[in-house]
Formats: sequence, structure tokens, C-alpha cells
Amino acid sequence: MTGARHLYVHLPFCAHRCGYCDFVTAVGRLGEHDGYVEALLAELELERELLAPRPETIFLGGGTPTFTRLPALERLLAALPDADEVTVEANPETVTPALAALLARNRVSRVSLGVQSFQPRLLAVLERAAGPEDARRAVGVLRDAGFANLSLDLIYGIPGQGVAELEHDLEEAVALAPEHVSAYELEAKPGTRFAHRHGTELAAQAETMETYLERVVAVLAAAGYRWYETASFCRRPDRAGGSDLRARHNLGYWLGHDYLGLGVGAVSTVGARRWRNEPSLARYVGALRRGRRPPRALEPLSAGTRAFERVMLGLRLDQPLPVGGIEHVLDPAGLRRVERLGLLRREGGALALTDRGRLLGDAVTAELLAPTMER
Amino acid sequence: MDQHAIRNFSIIAHIDHGKSTLADRILELTHAVSAREMREQVLDSMELERERGITIKAQAVRVSWKGHELNLIDTPGHVDFTYEVSRSLQACEGALLVVDAAQGIEAQTLANAYLAIENDLEIVPVVNKIDLPQADPDGTAEQLADLLGDDPARVLRISAKTGEGVEAVLDAIVERIPPPSGDESGAPRALIFDSSYDQYRGVVAFVRVVDGTFRPRMELRAMALGTRFEAQEIGFMSPAMKPVEALSAGEVGYVVTGLKEVSELRVGDTLTSDKGGAREPLPGYKDVKPMVFAGLFPTDSDDYPELRDALEKLKLNDAALFYEPETSQALGFGFRCGFLGLLHMEIVRERLEREFDLDLLVTAPNVAYRVRARNAPAWTEVHNPAEMPRAVDEVEEPYIRASVIVPKAYVGTVMELCAERRGRFDRMEYMSEDRVHLTYELPLAEIVLDFYDALKSRTRGYASFDYDYVGFRPGDLVRVDILVAGEPVDALSLIAHRDSAYDRARMLVEKLREEIPRQLFDVAIQAAIGSRVIARETVKAKRKDVIAKCYGGDITRKRKLLEKQKEGKKRMKQVGAVEVPQEAFLAVLNLGEGKR
Repeated sequence: MTGARHLYVHLPFCAHRCGYCDFVTAVGRLGEHDGYVEALLAELELERELLAPRPETIFLGGGTPTFTRLPALERLLAALPDADEVTVEANPETVTPALAALLARNRVSRVSLGVQSFQPRLLAVLERAAGPEDARRAVGVLRDAGFANLSLDLIYGIPGQGVAELEHDLEEAVALAPEHVSAYELEAKPGTRFAHRHGTELAAQAETMETYLERVVAVLAAAGYRWYETASFCRRPDRAGGSDLRARHNLGYWLGHDYLGLGVGAVSTVGARRWRNEPSLARYVGALRRGRRPPRALEPLSAGTRAFERVMLGLRLDQPLPVGGIEHVLDPAGLRRVERLGLLRREGGALALTDRGRLLGDAVTAELLAPTMER
Repeated sequence: MDQHAIRNFSIIAHIDHGKSTLADRILELTHAVSAREMREQVLDSMELERERGITIKAQAVRVSWKGHELNLIDTPGHVDFTYEVSRSLQACEGALLVVDAAQGIEAQTLANAYLAIENDLEIVPVVNKIDLPQADPDGTAEQLADLLGDDPARVLRISAKTGEGVEAVLDAIVERIPPPSGDESGAPRALIFDSSYDQYRGVVAFVRVVDGTFRPRMELRAMALGTRFEAQEIGFMSPAMKPVEALSAGEVGYVVTGLKEVSELRVGDTLTSDKGGAREPLPGYKDVKPMVFAGLFPTDSDDYPELRDALEKLKLNDAALFYEPETSQALGFGFRCGFLGLLHMEIVRERLEREFDLDLLVTAPNVAYRVRARNAPAWTEVHNPAEMPRAVDEVEEPYIRASVIVPKAYVGTVMELCAERRGRFDRMEYMSEDRVHLTYELPLAEIVLDFYDALKSRTRGYASFDYDYVGFRPGDLVRVDILVAGEPVDALSLIAHRDSAYDRARMLVEKLREEIPRQLFDVAIQAAIGSRVIARETVKAKRKDVIAKCYGGDITRKRKLLEKQKEGKKRMKQVGAVEVPQEAFLAVLNLGEGKR
């Protein structure tokens, strides 16, 4: 085994937990940051053999990785292996010249900024700390520090967000000329404080929201971005000096590659196994301090399941999905149905969704997958 | 037993007016059951009957009182079983007419009282529940005396609950009800007024011997159906089965037949000896036909064999139940069932669900139609809207005479309701200062739809209602088909009067639009009379169905969602290319049954 080529590292700390967030996060705990980073590095040592000697990509997600105390963050980055792409998620209000310099000198090649919206009213609904000017300033600071690959995260479908406000957010984002944009529809998970507070409002705008992804795609495509994954856009090569600006780390997930995840709540998929570290920070740190693996939930993956996931994930991309090796999980009748409805094209030995098919990706995937799976 | 010492009687009462309690007191007083054995309401043996407070199957109990043999013949208490009631009454010479002192006379009481009068029965009026604080014994006695043309002083006043006055009832039975007067030496004739099925002994017939004598091991014949069998045992109920060596003219009892199906022996038929038997059967036999039909489908298609077995078992004890296999492309395999009326249908459905633990989908009930298809020489009967020929020359539907008793204040409301339901006013009578008896003729189809619910809600529950069939009459009726994406959904076809077809079609189509989930393409929902579309809605295609975010930590959750989505698809019924959840059919079928 050559080892996973993608490494994910979870940094759970945040200044504040936003109402809509469903990630594993921990508020404040400044005194625990150093210990947590030590635990991460201990877990890396334990799993080292599962990782390729020189991984292709590393991704630091959160939480708010850049809320981590800077010495701890630097200790972590310095100890991680070299990689072709190293991405760090950052909240705009945390981006200072000192942070930018720290990231730059530790071989970080890409920063993903959690902007979410450019409108104070909508940011308040999301309980975000940063204002629109923080986002613009952060982009400036990162550019000044030499970062040539920035991604902006946007959220659409915020309670009270009309089509005009959505377009305004997109225009503001485009004006900052990021290399990459991720646009997510807000998911108000039932039972969360957020869903409780905004449920009626979200239900009322549900029908309009159906058109938002179409708007996002249209506006960004017109601005020269490639819709390469359901929620991901990158500047087209002809507008980027020929470079492929797709997020390579995330591509790894969508192409069904193995990945190793470190940190509390992190998920790894290696071969026929997937595991999730339990979300308890104390137990994570405690176990690793004693030199043991943290408590985990293990999920065995059959070849059938991985093939099922290949279809589910691969169809999110704008590149055709080769059917070699996954034929047995496809339903020929379903395939013909979605083809007839103009949602999918067959290109040689590969399947490609049409634009409308991509907007209906989950339903199309459900049609395509065979009703009974041998796993 | 000398006929002069025999008294055969029934108790006629509205639900909850105390028939069963009175029967219990009579059994106690005559020592037919000891107080310790006394289970409350001995006659109503089925669980369902107890819960609904009604009696489905008639039975007969023999008791002794002051040297007389009294046979209490129980009668079913609802309109659906009018024929059975009339046969039970024919087996008697008299009847107790029991009325609740607080409630007064109800429509059902009236209907059965008329039936008793038509059968020349001596009626003993009884006002019950005089112990209740809100009782009006005098007023109720007046009403009863008025109805019967009797003297209010002759109306008995009792409390079956406390036992007050019940002995006087027994005395009145002996004094007022005439003894039977059959031909003791003639060829044996007995009226079958009920039957039931015993797992070990086969069909047991309950009979009233009119002429001659019946003995065990006699070869017997049912005169209308021609069924022959040997009497394996004869006897009477007290209330347990007691075998005897002879049942003779005037007596009431049972015959164990050994037959395997109740349908081989019909209520109303006459039993006689196979050799040297009577020439003429007793009068009044009718072949009762189901009037209300509905499709019964198992919610889970795997339960079809269980449903078939359950119907077979019910049929053993319910000769009026009719069923035949039906296939619906929307609902799968099931049965088209015929019932005497709505209550009969409810009882069958509940027994299937309760005793056989089946989950059922029941289509909106419809009535039987008589149809002459275009250019066809003969009439046919149609039990299912989907079988109605699209081109017809003539259609007839069953009509009923409805009897509604209601406080004066609601007369206008009831008349309005009847007019909406194509009713034709027949007459109006004041039963007392405040209570009015209205008679209307209405199409049965309108009753089947939701008439009773509407009547109850519009009169705040004060109206009582009963009906009997008056025959088939021509109607301007059309078949309405419901189409989903151009495919007709057989289970949703309906037959409606032309004037209401448009409204009903529009409601069905709107409801379906709400219930059918959006698909990957636009789905047209139409209602059509022949090729003419009279209502249309569209379920717009989904524009977006994809979860925005999916990274390494989301894959398992996402996959499980997708598997659930696929699992959900399996439970959908396929109408052409459209996936329709079973709940959608259910909602629409409920609409057909419920409000409009």
C-alpha cells in the first residue's frame, strides 16, 4: 500500500459557535490549543504508515483553524509533511498580516475564507463575527502576503435573503477576483437552534430558493468561473494563465480517493474501512496523551459501497464518470429514464450529467443506482 | 310443549336505549343464568358488538316464567340488517318496544316498530331508564301511546338497570302477547331467522318451528335453495346449547346442520323434511343483495393471501358479504366487496383489521348501478366505477326512503341538506311539539358519500336517521376518470351525478396535486368525462434536488440519505412513469368518503 494521498486536519476551536453550524467545534479554550496540537501530531505519528510519504494535499478545516493560537498553529504547520496543495480555512476577522506571514512561511498555498455573505443583516442572521469590510480587508492582506490561490465561501438561502441580495453577494465576491468560490445552500438541520428560530421563514422562501443554485451558476459562469462541482467554482484556465484551479484536496473526495483525517470528529477512509474519531475533545486529547488511538466509530466499506459512493460523488463533478468498475451498481432502466429526460448523456464509456441533471443530482443518482445492492 | 304456554318475542330499541340490559335482567329474573355466571349483556357475544353497542347476529334464548316458555329472539339494531330484523320479527308473535325516557323515539326505533306492526306483532310499549334524573317517563309514554294508538296507562315504566318494573314486563309478555297457532300435526315447517358457523359442527341454523315437529337425524331440506342435510342435533339455547329430542310447532331453537358454508342456508328460507315435506314455503323469503361496494386492498401487497383467507373466514358467518378478486394498477391485488350498507362495510373492515391484523386500503364506497351500454340489448349491474361503460344509453341507481327525526329548530337545515343531495321531499309529521319526522327519497349514492356525517354535524348530533331501499331509478350519471400523466388511475374513477361531477373532479385533482411529490418532469393531473377534460392541475417538475456540501466527513450521511430515498421509492406505486406514494391515494380516497 502506498498510503492515502490526502490529509485532513481538524482544528475545532472557534471564538463563537454560529447558529447554523453542525461541525465539531469548541468555543474559546485558549489554554487547550497547545495540548490539542500535540495530540494531533501524536495521532499523525500513530497513523503515519497509512499516509503517503509525500501527500498530494493537506487541508486544515474547522472550527476556525486561524482562531487557534498562532504558536500552536505554527507548531502544527511546521510538523506536517510537505504537500503540493496546503489549504487553510480562515475567518475574515482572524486574518492579520502576522497570520498571513505565518501561513506563507509554513508553505500554505491556498486560503479558503469563510465570508458567507457581504450583507451585515444576513451576516447577523448567521451570527457571523465578521462584517463585509473584514472580508475585503482579509483578501487584501492575503494578496499582499503573496497568496495567489484564494477561495471564498458563500452561503445562500439565508433566512430573509431574496434573489436580489443573492446576486449582490455574488457580485461582491466576483469583484474580489478570487481563484475559487464555494457556494453552499444553508442547511437548517431539524432540531437545531437555528432551524427553530428561522423555520417558518425558511419554509416560506423554500420555493424561491429552488432557483438560487441556478442563479449562482449563471452569475459565476458569466464572470468566467467553471462550475466544476455541485457547490464549487474556479476561475477558468483561459482566465488563469492555463492553470487548473480546482481544489485538489476536495477533488480527492469526489473521485473516491483514500484520505486520512486527524483530529476530533475527523473522518478517514482507507481501503475497506472508514472511521470517525469521536467528537469529544477531552477524550481525544486524553487518549493520545496516553499514546493510544482516540475512540472511534468504525464503518467497514464493501467494494459495492465504495462503488455506490463513486457514483454518488463522481456525478457531482462536471467531468464524465467512467462506468468501468461501477456497472454492477447501476440500474439500466433508471439510466435510460434519466437519459430520456435529458438529465444525463452517455459519452463513450462514461456518464455525464447535463446542467439540469446536475441541479437534480441527488434525484438522478437515486434513479441511477440499482435497487438492490450486493455488498 | 303445548303451544298455548309459549310466547315468542323480540326487543326493539334504539342503540343505547337499554335492550341488552333488559335482556340481562330477564335472564336473571328467570334464573336462566345465575348471578355469578352473569356476564353483562350475555346476548351480544362478539367483541365488536359490545364495543359498538349494537348486535350483529340474532340469537334466541329460552326462559321460563310462571309456567310459560318464553323465547327471546334478539334482533340486529341497524338499517343494514333490515331484512334480518324482519325475519327475526316474523319468528315472533310480539315485541317489546323499548324507548329511553330521556331520549324519546328515534328514527331506528320507528323503522323497526313499523316493521313489527307490518308483521302483525303485538307490541308491548316500555319506557326505560326512568331512574335517570333527566328522564321524562310521562312525555315518552305519551309519544309511544300516540305512535301505537294505545292508552298511555298501558305503557310500562321500568329501569332495566335497577330491575324496577322488569317483572311486570314478563307478566305483560305472558298476558298480552298471543301464543303461536301453528298446525301441530302438519308437515314440518320452520323459519330460519339466523345462522352461524361453528368450526367443529358446521352451520348452525336458528329456527322458529311453525308447523309439525323436527327431530334429530331427520333428513331436511331448505326449500328456496334446495340444500339437503341431516339434522345432526336439535335443541334450544338457555343460553347454552341444550339438545332435545323434538322441537314442535311454536317452539324456537337451533339445528346443527353439518353444512360447511352459511351461504348454503339463507335467512328467511323454510326448513322442511326432505320426504313428505311441506309443499308451500313460509312467506317472505328474499335474496338479499349487497348495495354498497368498495375495493379492499392490503397496504402491503404481500398480505394479499392473508386478506383472501380472512374474507373466506368472515364469509362463513356472514352470508350477506360478497367479494371477488380485483386488480388495480395503482393499488395492486385486492377484492371488490359488496355490503348491505355502510355499517356492514365498517364492521367487515374493522373485523379484518382487528381480528386478522390486516392493514387495509379501502376505496371510496360506491353503490350498485344498473346500466344499459350503448346499443346493448340487456341491462347489467356495475359494482365498480372502473367497469362502467363509457358510452351508455341508460343508467339507474338505487334510491332509499330516508327517515329523519329531528328537533323542530333543525328542520330547515335538514331540508337544505336533503335538497343538496338530490332528495325529493315526501312528508313531514310532528311527533310531539318539538320533534319532527321528515321523510325524503334520496339516491343511495348520496348517503354513501357522507350524508350521515353531514347530518350529524349540521344538527349537532340531534338528528336520528334511518332508511330503506325503494328500488332503482334512472339518473343523469357520468363516469369521471382521473388521469396522472395521461394514465387513468383505475382506483380513483368515480360515478357522479352530472351536476356535481365538476366539483368533485376539481377537488380530487387539487388534492392529488398536493399529495403527489414533485418529480423530475411536469406531471399533469386531469379529470375527464370520456375524452373531455373537466379539471386539470400540474405538479411542477423539481428544479433543484442536490445537497450543496459533500466532503470527506459527509459521505456516509449522504449515502444513507440516498439509500433512504431509494427505499422510499420502493414503497411508491408506479402510475406510468410517475411515482405516487400510497398516502396520496389514501388522502384522495378519504376525500371521497369524507367531506366535500
